Amino acid sequence: MRLELGKGVWKKAFQDTLPVMAGYLVLGLGFGILLRDAGYSAWWALLMSVTIYAGSMQYVGVDLLAGGASLLSAALLTLMVNARHIFYGISMVDKYRDMGKGKPYLIFALTDETYSLVCRPDAPGGTPPRAYYFLVSLFDQCYWVAGSVLGGLVGSILPFDTTGVDFAMTALFTVIFVEQWEKADTHLPAVIGLAVSVCCLALFGADSFLIPAMIGITLCLFLLRGKIAGGGKADA
Amino acid sequence: MHDMAHALLLVGVMAGVTVLLRFLPFLVFSRSTPKFVLYLGEVLPYAIMAMLVVYCLKSISFARAPYGAPELLAVAATAGLHKWKHNTLLSIVVGTVLYMALLRLL
Repeated sequence: MRLELGKGVWKKAFQDTLPVMAGYLVLGLGFGILLRDAGYSAWWALLMSVTIYAGSMQYVGVDLLAGGASLLSAALLTLMVNARHIFYGISMVDKYRDMGKGKPYLIFALTDETYSLVCRPDAPGGTPPRAYYFLVSLFDQCYWVAGSVLGGLVGSILPFDTTGVDFAMTALFTVIFVEQWEKADTHLPAVIGLAVSVCCLALFGADSFLIPAMIGITLCLFLLRGKIAGGGKADA
Repeated sequence: MHDMAHALLLVGVMAGVTVLLRFLPFLVFSRSTPKFVLYLGEVLPYAIMAMLVVYCLKSISFARAPYGAPELLAVAATAGLHKWKHNTLLSIVVGTVLYMALLRLL
């Protein structure tokens, strides 16, 4: 099954990933610089960004490499930091059901940012879905790889101060949140997500709130499913 | 440079566990999609996007100046502008530039 790669889908995928480009180039650059400072060349940045491809985990990974951590602690830490990806998978199982040959890559490349783009209702906007999801995933990883390799090559000799550009990521999630809010028939899932996350952050602290938050969100969504069911039309 | 083989193994472990987590739901629900997964697929994106915004803001400190003001103001401006104009790129660029400016001014 060949992907139908018309001109329109390239353009749409590129335009939709522009915010991610800004964020990934900067975050990738930061990662490459840290890794270089820890004594690992741009080749290592390339290797990690191609095979791991998980932003926050790669930042943690720099410390693991520099400190010569044990394999077991690396595995456990990855489990903790990346557990949220199970969430993305669960909510894309049906949407990605008939994605043909490209499906393994779509699943491999499902980062926070890629998820935020592909989870939107009617994300392809008239373009062929398979090609659209594939290109969005591929473009995003290219930005990440390019940023991190560049960071590993040039180090910290950038001519301008980029502090704060990574806010593009926060802004992207905020924009998608607003879009979803306006399209939803019931705001309960969004409110649950916000309330449970904030409570867990206050209770468990920045480093360990994600897993309790995920469990809490799932529980609340189940307990209130009578009120929510049919109301939130997230995925078609 | 530390022990090269161990470093390669570390990268392998991080990559392996991450891939496993990403594939797990698709492997578990490969045949048919159970009803509760369909339900979660419908409602989770709303909740997750809120969680991701909180995740991005997790490190702000309300105890020290500027008390999270750049983050909160920039998020509010991004959301407000998007509600008004519905232009994704405009909202993100304005929000980010505002944040960078606030970081330097406050």
